[in-house]
Amino acid sequence: MSTESLHNRRERLAARLRGVIAGPHVLSSDEELKPYECDGLSAYQVVPLLVVLPGSIEEVQAALRICHEEETVVVARGAGTGLSGGALPHAEGVLLSLARLNRILAIDPDNCCARVQPGVRNLAISEAAKPHGLYYAPDPSSQIACSIGGNVAENAGGVHCLKYGLTVNNLLAVEVVTIEGERVTFGGGGLDGPGLDLLALVTGSEGMLGVVVEVTVKLLPIPQRAQVAMAAFDDVETAGQAVADLIAAGILPAGLEMMDNPSLRAAEDFVHAGYPTDAAAILLCEVDGGNEEVSEDIAKVRQRLLDSGADEVRTASDDSERARFWAGRKAAFPAVGRISPDYYCMDGTIPRKHLPRVLREIARYSDESGLRVANVFHAGDGNLHPLILYDANNPGELELAEEVGGRILELCVEVGGTITGEHGVGMEKINQMCAQFPPEELQLFHDLKAVFDPGTLLNPGKAIPTLNRCAEFGAMHVKAGDLRFPHLERF
Amino acid sequence: MTDHDIGTELAERVRDAAAARQPLRLVGRNSKAFYGHAVDGETLELAGHRGIVRYEPTELVLTARAGTPVSEIEAALAANGQMLPFEPPSFDGEASIGGAVAAGLGGPRRPWGGAPRDLLLGITLLDGRGRILRFGGEVMKNVAGYDVSRLMAGALGTLGVLLEVSLKVLPAPAVEESLVLTLNHEHALARVRELARQPAPLSGACHVDGRLYLRLSGNAASVEAWRTQIGGDGGNEADIWRDLRDHRLPFFASQQPLWRLGLPPATPRLACEQSVATDWAGAQRWVHSDCSGSEIRTEVAKSGGHAILFRHGNDETPVFHPLDAVRQRLHIGLKQVFDPAGILNPGRQYASI
Repeated sequence: MSTESLHNRRERLAARLRGVIAGPHVLSSDEELKPYECDGLSAYQVVPLLVVLPGSIEEVQAALRICHEEETVVVARGAGTGLSGGALPHAEGVLLSLARLNRILAIDPDNCCARVQPGVRNLAISEAAKPHGLYYAPDPSSQIACSIGGNVAENAGGVHCLKYGLTVNNLLAVEVVTIEGERVTFGGGGLDGPGLDLLALVTGSEGMLGVVVEVTVKLLPIPQRAQVAMAAFDDVETAGQAVADLIAAGILPAGLEMMDNPSLRAAEDFVHAGYPTDAAAILLCEVDGGNEEVSEDIAKVRQRLLDSGADEVRTASDDSERARFWAGRKAAFPAVGRISPDYYCMDGTIPRKHLPRVLREIARYSDESGLRVANVFHAGDGNLHPLILYDANNPGELELAEEVGGRILELCVEVGGTITGEHGVGMEKINQMCAQFPPEELQLFHDLKAVFDPGTLLNPGKAIPTLNRCAEFGAMHVKAGDLRFPHLERF
Repeated sequence: MTDHDIGTELAERVRDAAAARQPLRLVGRNSKAFYGHAVDGETLELAGHRGIVRYEPTELVLTARAGTPVSEIEAALAANGQMLPFEPPSFDGEASIGGAVAAGLGGPRRPWGGAPRDLLLGITLLDGRGRILRFGGEVMKNVAGYDVSRLMAGALGTLGVLLEVSLKVLPAPAVEESLVLTLNHEHALARVRELARQPAPLSGACHVDGRLYLRLSGNAASVEAWRTQIGGDGGNEADIWRDLRDHRLPFFASQQPLWRLGLPPATPRLACEQSVATDWAGAQRWVHSDCSGSEIRTEVAKSGGHAILFRHGNDETPVFHPLDAVRQRLHIGLKQVFDPAGILNPGRQYASI
C-alpha cells in the first residue's frame, strides 16, 4: 500500500471509477457510505473506502479492472442479509454492490430453468416461474430479501434441503467476472459442463474467487400439494429419536424442523402459530408431492410420530393453518429478537444422532454463562441454530455470547459436524475454522484462492484464517471422532 | 475380499512417485478404463483399499473406502431400504465407489436423483504430494471452506486420489414402474418436456429405437395415479434402465465413435445427431455421427452444451470438450495446487492437466 492518504486515495479512485460507472453510482461521502458498514451481522461494522453499484456486466468488469490495477480490495455484496459478516466492508477497499443487476433475464419452462442477474431476490424467481407451474427450491428464511448472487456465494440452504438440496444442487451455471475483469461461465446449459466442476467450487466461496454476475437456476414443478404435521414432545430426546424413526421408515420429508421450548414459546407469542407452549419441543414435518402421495405419506408420518412418543400430533386442516404452523418457524429469529435485546445466531451442523448430547452441553454452557439459549433445528439435515440471548449494553455480554458460541461450534466439530451449515464462515466464524481444519488444509485453501485471485484482492481476510491467526487464537484442530469426553455413551 | 485400509501405503507410493516425478495411472476396479485418454504411467491399484467404514441408515450417510465395489454398497443400502440416488454405471465390469465418484457419471435417475457431485458430502483425499487431507464431512449441510470434495467428482483422479468418500443416500422408492410409449424422437421429447413441468414422480425418461420409456418411482398411490394419466404400455421393462446405464442396449454395440452430448433438455435434435439414444429427459444424448469432432462440438456448443467422445475415439480427437482460455488457466492452476509434480493421471482429462 502506498503512503497516499486514505482521503486522497478515495477521491482518486472514485474519479477513476466514475469514468466507467455511468450515473451517480459511485458513492464516496460519509453519509452515503454509512448504510453499507455491515451486512446481516450487525455486530461487525466497517465503513468502506467507496461503494460502487454497477448497472451492467461491462461495468462490473471495468470496475474490477481498475481495482486490480490499483491493487485495491473488492468486497462483493448482494442484498446484505448474510449472517456471518461475509459482506463486511474493508476499510481500504471498494464495496461492490450487485443490487442494481436485478433483472430476471429469462424463464425457460421448456428447459425448466431461469437465467437471472445476481441482484434478483430469491423469492422473485419462484414468483416469476409460478405461471409456468415451476419454482426455485432453496428457500432460506430471508428469501423475501436475499439475492440469488448472495445465495450462490454462501451456498444458502433453507428448510427444504433434505429433499431438495442446497443452492449448489439447484444451479445449472454461473457467470463470474474474475479479478482481472474477464468473464467466464462455470457449468452449462445442460446438467453439467466440461472439465472440472468449477461451478461447485465457486458456490459457497463467499466472494473470494470471483464476482457472480449471472446465475442459471434449475426450476422444479410445484408440488400438487403439501401437508404439514406438528408433533409435541415432552422431552427433546424423544423428539430427536422421532426424527430418526421417520427416516428409518423410509419417509423423506420436504421439511423437518424442530424447535425447543424457549424458541417455540417466543414464536407463539409473536405470531400465534398455535404451538403448544408447554411442550419441551415440537417437530414440524412437511411432506409434498402428488395428491395421492401426500395423503398416504402424511398418514404414515402421523402414525410414526405417535409411535415414537409424541404427546400430540396435529395435521394442518387447511392451507391457512399450514401457513400458520410455518409462520412460527420462519419467524423464530425475529421472535427471539423480541424477548432479548440482542441474540447471536449459530449455524453448526451435527450428525443427528448426537443431538441429545449437543443440546445437553448447550444447556450446560447456558447455565455456566447465565445467557439464555433458544434452539431452532433443521432436524432433517442436522443443521442446528442455537440463538444465544444477550444484551450488548451490558459490558462484556457480547464477548460472553461469542465465547459461548465458539464453544458450541467446537462441540459441533468434536461430534463430527461442522461450524457452519448454511450461513458461511465470513468474518464471524473465522477463528472456529482453526478448530475445523488442520493447517495443511487451510494452506491448500489459500493456494486454491491464489489460482483465482493471486493478489488476494477479493474479500480478503474472510472465510479462511491465516495460519498465524490460528496460532494466535490458540485453537487446535479438533479431530472429529476424537472426543473430549470418552466416557460418554456413543452409538 | 475383506475390508482393508491401505491408505498409508498408498500415501507412501504417491510420495515416492512425486519425488521421482513418476506418473501414476490410478485404477479402481477398471470398469471405465476406456474413458478418457490413456495414461502412460505406473499403475496405482486402489481396489485393495476397501470396505464400508460407516453406515447409519437413519443418518442417510454412508462412508466407504474408494476401492469398495458399488455392488457391495448397493447391497448394504438395499438391506435397509435405501439407495445411491445417482445410479452409477458399471459398464462391463464392476465399478468401485471411488471410480464412480471420480468419473462423475450418473445413470438414468440423474436428472431427479442428482449426480455423484450432488450426493458427495466429504472425502479423504491423497493429494499429489502424498498428503492425506480431509474435506467436507458426514453431514448434509456444510459450507466451511471451499468445496474441494465436489471439485473431485468428475476430476478423473487428476487432482488427487480419493481414499474415502461420504455420500448422502436416500430411501428407495416403495414402488417403481416403467411405461413404454411408441413415439418418434420429436414427439417423445415434447411429451417428456411436458411431463417434466408437472409434479410427476419421474425417475427415468429415455427414447431409444422409436420408443419412449418412462420410469415412475414413489409410493403406490402416486405411481398408480400417474401411470393411468400417462397411459402407454406397462409391463416388465425394468432391464431397460440397467442396460441403458451400462451401455448394453443394441444401440451401443456399434464400434463407431460414441459421442455423449450434454444439452439443455429441450434442444431440438441437432444435425449431428444422426443416430441417437436420448436419456435424462433430453439432457444426455448418445450419438453416432458421420460429422467430424469439431462439427459436433461447434453445433453442441451453439446450443449451450458440450460433447464428450465417450468411446471408440481416435488419438487425434480430444475426448473432452476444449476449454476457453480462462477455464484452461484455472484448470492448470488447480492442478499445480493439488498435484505440483503432475503425476496423478496426467493427460487423462486434458493434456494440460
